[in-house]
Amino acid sequence: MKLSMPVFAAFVIGLCATLLLVLHAIDNDYLYFGGYLLFQYVALAVAWNILGGYAGYINFGSAAFMATGSYTTVVLVKLFALPLPFLILAGGATAGLLGLFTAAMTLRFKGIFFAIATLALAVVLQTIVVNWDFVGGSRGVYLVRPPAPAFLDSFAQYLFALILGVTALAVILARFIERSTFGMGLAAIRENELAAETCGVPTLRLKIAATVVSGALMGMAGAPLPYYLTYMEPNSAFALTHTVNSVAMPLIGGTSSWTGPVIGALLLGLAQQTATVTISSGLNLLVVGGLLMLFVLAAPEGLIGLLHLAKRRGAT
Amino acid sequence: MTAPLLQVRGLGKRFGGFTALDALDLDIAAGARIGVIGPNGAGKSTFVNLLAGTLPPDCGSILFGDTRVEKLPPHRRVRLGLARSFQLPQLFASMSVIENILVPLAYAAPSREASPFVRSRAEAQAMNLLEQIGLARLRHQPVGALTQVEMRKLELARAMAARPKLLLCDESMAGLSDSEVDDVLDLLFAINAEGVAVMMIEHIIKAVSRFSERVIVLVAGRKILEDAPANAFRHPEVERAYLGE
Repeated sequence: MKLSMPVFAAFVIGLCATLLLVLHAIDNDYLYFGGYLLFQYVALAVAWNILGGYAGYINFGSAAFMATGSYTTVVLVKLFALPLPFLILAGGATAGLLGLFTAAMTLRFKGIFFAIATLALAVVLQTIVVNWDFVGGSRGVYLVRPPAPAFLDSFAQYLFALILGVTALAVILARFIERSTFGMGLAAIRENELAAETCGVPTLRLKIAATVVSGALMGMAGAPLPYYLTYMEPNSAFALTHTVNSVAMPLIGGTSSWTGPVIGALLLGLAQQTATVTISSGLNLLVVGGLLMLFVLAAPEGLIGLLHLAKRRGAT
Repeated sequence: MTAPLLQVRGLGKRFGGFTALDALDLDIAAGARIGVIGPNGAGKSTFVNLLAGTLPPDCGSILFGDTRVEKLPPHRRVRLGLARSFQLPQLFASMSVIENILVPLAYAAPSREASPFVRSRAEAQAMNLLEQIGLARLRHQPVGALTQVEMRKLELARAMAARPKLLLCDESMAGLSDSEVDDVLDLLFAINAEGVAVMMIEHIIKAVSRFSERVIVLVAGRKILEDAPANAFRHPEVERAYLGE
């Protein structure tokens, strides 16, 4: 469907508003909490895909970007009592700066070397946080939730509305990038970086921009987490689940378009939530691992790739 | 006398103890047709990579137009008008034929500076180029579906989309049949007729002889000769380099 950007943005915002109204009508706080996690991963997966899918640079440091957003919230809450939307913007800005730093340090590496460098970044950052008393160090820190805005029913609803906003922003931005000259340059980098450079694509500049945008969105997705958990400690902030999910969800959905990570995150997120509630929370990563293996073996281009294949077969 | 389009002075590259290119000097005039030959390991591809910016030189200078380019990244050189093709076609595999042309139109063509990139206008320009090389009917095909000669032509068309002043063709005819070589040669003549200087690096002597106004012979990283093709191929040093003592 070829919707113009303003129409698409209006459609996404309308969809989010409808979802809020539906959940408001159902009036069950668990749906807000479950939905928060689900959309947090949609935002994370879409953000990861801007660098990992569009440009083909696999980032294993998603947890570090998300944790940067979370710990920006912790620091700012301890220093000033800023409202949550500002904390989200601040988390995005800090994680964007981390993206700039990461890009400057690592983007001359390619392939597996870049992936390992981003993994190392997460380890370094976690070590810093563990040893930083101001944010609670390894023992963590408690956060007391402020009252929800008067026009909302509960803080859970507020958190859900905010993460939905971050997700909408990530999706609109990802689709805009995908269809822009910037996106075309990133696709050229993914296909053949040497050829891209000799076609005039400023590969380093584009990769830096993609890392900053991707990192900033991951930071924004992580910023409300301390209020969601009401307790922040390094193992939750830098959880392996964040990294694994941010990579697995786009791979399962398909990495070449913004739709892939959205579908992958919804599918995998729902499967994880269902497994958590009905079987055991420890089964989360098993579900991710199993589905990931299945897709890597049977559908390496993800669900979107499968759909395109079916469409081509239908046409011939 | 007008200044040459490309002036190379003392250009050198070493890989450890191996000298791939040794203090090379070369001038190329606008619109010229230059052939570069030499046995394997002579430094031909290294020379192209140094000119295109995919390898940094150890010494020497490259003046393109009035800009020193030896320290510029490849994308800046392409934007100045120094385009290249590769020994093995380096296409964007999962993109369609026309999308391969759109990338340089978006990023390298001088028109991008004059007006914002508009896809429909760029597609019309890409179609023109594809019609010139006879691939218009395959515009929506993935490049994986192309034959070897079609890939070579597409790569040349992609280089042309950047509106170059100098095109570096690194063995664009390797592995092609005689009739396919003629096809590519016709295309190179057509490109040159538009005023683009072409430097052809090639092993197919027949093609170099037919195309070039001047031939440069490289042996072991050194330029041993620069002359008209008829003289160059008869020169004793060239015979010695190719056939031995």
